[in-house]
Amino acid sequence: MNTSPDESLSLARTYPAGIRPLQKVALACCSLALLCLVLSLNSHPILQLVLIALATLTGLAAGALWYNRSVAGWLAGVFISGFYVCLYWYPAPLSGLVQLLDPLSYLMRGRPSDQWFLYGFSYTALVLIMGIRFMYKYRRNAYQRWRTISVMFFQLIFSFLIPAWMMAMNQPEYYFTYFWPLKYEYLFPDHIGWLTGSYVHTGIFLVCWGAIMSFIAVPVLTWYFGKRWYCSWVCGCGALAETAGDPYRSLSDKSLRAWQVERWMIHGVLVFIILATLLLWLNSWKQGSLLGSYSHIFSRSYSFLIGSMFSGVIGTGFYPILGSRVWCRFGCPQAAILGIIQRRWSRFRITTNGGQCISCGNCSEYCEMGIDVKSYAQRGEDIVRASCVGCGICSAVCPRGVLKLENGTVKL
Amino acid sequence: MDAAGGSLESVALTMHIVIIGNGIAGVTAARHIRKLGDHCITMISDESLRPFARTALMYVFMGQLTLKSTQLYEDWFWEKNRIGRVHARVREVNTLRQEVALESGGSVSYDRLVIATGSIPAKPGIPGENLSGVQHLYHLSDLDTLENHVRSTRHAVVLGGGLTGIELVEMLLSRGLQVTFIVRENTFMSRQITAEESSMITRLIREHGVDLRLNSGIREIKGQTCVKSVVLADGTEIPCELLGITIGVSPATGFLSGTDIETGRGILVDDYLCTSVAGIYAAGDCAQLRAPAPARGAVEPLWYTARAMGECAAHNVCGVATVYEQRIWYNSARFFDTEYQIYGHVPAITPDGIRSLYWEHKSGRKSVRINYEAETGSVTGFQTVGIRYRQEVCEQWIHARKPVSAVLTELAKANFDPEFSRRYEAEIGMFFQQQTAGKP
Repeated sequence: MNTSPDESLSLARTYPAGIRPLQKVALACCSLALLCLVLSLNSHPILQLVLIALATLTGLAAGALWYNRSVAGWLAGVFISGFYVCLYWYPAPLSGLVQLLDPLSYLMRGRPSDQWFLYGFSYTALVLIMGIRFMYKYRRNAYQRWRTISVMFFQLIFSFLIPAWMMAMNQPEYYFTYFWPLKYEYLFPDHIGWLTGSYVHTGIFLVCWGAIMSFIAVPVLTWYFGKRWYCSWVCGCGALAETAGDPYRSLSDKSLRAWQVERWMIHGVLVFIILATLLLWLNSWKQGSLLGSYSHIFSRSYSFLIGSMFSGVIGTGFYPILGSRVWCRFGCPQAAILGIIQRRWSRFRITTNGGQCISCGNCSEYCEMGIDVKSYAQRGEDIVRASCVGCGICSAVCPRGVLKLENGTVKL
Repeated sequence: MDAAGGSLESVALTMHIVIIGNGIAGVTAARHIRKLGDHCITMISDESLRPFARTALMYVFMGQLTLKSTQLYEDWFWEKNRIGRVHARVREVNTLRQEVALESGGSVSYDRLVIATGSIPAKPGIPGENLSGVQHLYHLSDLDTLENHVRSTRHAVVLGGGLTGIELVEMLLSRGLQVTFIVRENTFMSRQITAEESSMITRLIREHGVDLRLNSGIREIKGQTCVKSVVLADGTEIPCELLGITIGVSPATGFLSGTDIETGRGILVDDYLCTSVAGIYAAGDCAQLRAPAPARGAVEPLWYTARAMGECAAHNVCGVATVYEQRIWYNSARFFDTEYQIYGHVPAITPDGIRSLYWEHKSGRKSVRINYEAETGSVTGFQTVGIRYRQEVCEQWIHARKPVSAVLTELAKANFDPEFSRRYEAEIGMFFQQQTAGKP
């Protein structure tokens, strides 16, 4: 009996069988070369912008024609990741692009542009542009329209305009839609000390806001609406994944193995961040005698490994290779908490309409979280999974309208 | 996941159960046999080693899915549940020696046999129907031939106005072809669907740029080796490079000729899905019920019924006597971007003694129909276009013979549309109440 995955399936289309490791290295070199070219054009920011836009388009094409994802996806993935690394740690070659945004930065924040302003600007622009594309694509589905308006709104107002405006007002740059443990430092002792010390009243308000959101709003809203109220309606990471990441959603790994890895990893990060927070508080209570100068090194290495590498470079740069929700699925500690609440206590679930599933596989294919939705639907079971972000795409792509996102049960 | 354990009714002996066919009926039978006991299971199919969703073939062709994603279960599932799979074609069944002979040579002996071979596409018997470029949409290999032909096709013709026909039309349109759709009826599926909905769907088909020819048929297919054109019943000749024939299916029973397994249109089975030979069962498209329920077919070639039959056959095979009940009918389909659902009994022509309430949205893209008994007021069926209804609710209402007046006040409970969708239940309820006013 043959066991290789493709042999027994007579293929209507010949899909590329994937690319070999050496080819991947070669393609990665091509991408890096292109990136170097882009970066060397520092004195011509407009040209830089055009090249970056072209590379992004290549990536999108890779998503749209995902049968060829192995090549184009690999090229785009390495390019975007490389760009990220550059933006995070070696911004000098991008100074031209950064300066290009100076007028806007002065207008919004009353100070010159920097690499993070460039980052926030491009991030928001991507969410808005690709959000409009997404709304057009799913224009027949009211849930998708409203959800996309919501993520675009929160990204533009709460993650871009308000933090900039707060800086202009000489207030701390604060993101109201991110909470501990995703924004781990918001409940770290030194951050709280800095907020309440430097910005007294605003500081106290912000600390209270953060604590209330983390410990009261998150459980209550999640009990009511499921994880989706945050992950696919508010969160900025979700916003990018749902809009710019949409062409890549089918790349998520649906295997049982991936699910096992996912549960270990995401809960591992959560446990780590909780222990770290407790340790830092204990250290602060002991006047720093516990960790000494290690506490600083510790915060920085976490922020480098998890905050930048995992959520930024791999989470976004690898869209064309691993799918759009890698960070949300394998790493985000906020998603882990929301997931536990959703799985255990929430009223939210995806209902299967009786026995109407025809097992076509569209729902599983387009689940960005790698949930094998079909395995539940074809047995007529409702879907209650910790990882489900409630994006509703399974319901939108189902050719028989079998799935419905719901809060609470319908009594007959 | 379907664990192997938890047998409901342990059968003392461990039998070797062979299933011919790995469509939804065969696969469902295998799963349930495993749930019911520790028997040895072998599933034979010549189509594909990996069971896939036949209903999804169109999405593979349109590039929306890979064939791999249409597989019903991951590979580990078969190993974990110890369901053996053999990729071979069955030549014949020897009921005396309890043996299945394979075309590749060799044979498999069985203690119990489940035949779930499904259907073969019907042929119209027109001159030229064996030319290259004339094809069906049923078998996995049909997708290969379609892919090959489509590359040299500019104009395609599809004959047969059923659910498969319209799927094939959509597939061909997705490749930018011009498609002529030849339908025997005077509106699309008018033999199965009530007139209003049928004309609505007919309009939708035309809106999608399909050259729809109603009241029509094909007299002749012309060409040397490949199809060049078709001649319609009225003499019109349409040049084409591809002809899809989707005029229905018939049970795949050919390999049983010469055995003592009794066949009619399909394999004749009793209420327990047992054939005329003890220990041999049939399920799905290939089975023909000796005593179908009133107003129901003896052969119902449908994904949903095949699945239900597979489950029932599994129980009987394992010694858990279970009567196959044709439960409340339901079906669903999609015509391009418009969904269609039916629950219960909504025949194309409303019979005497039944009243039919019909509401159509002013856009002409959504409708709801509710049938009920004129005398008692009990609801008998629901049919919707462009609006989703909840199966559980509709079935319960039909089963409980709920009066239409009560149904109308609670209609919102039946809605299954996505959140934030515009809801029409209030409008529909009012509209229907005006119609039923003064009637029982």
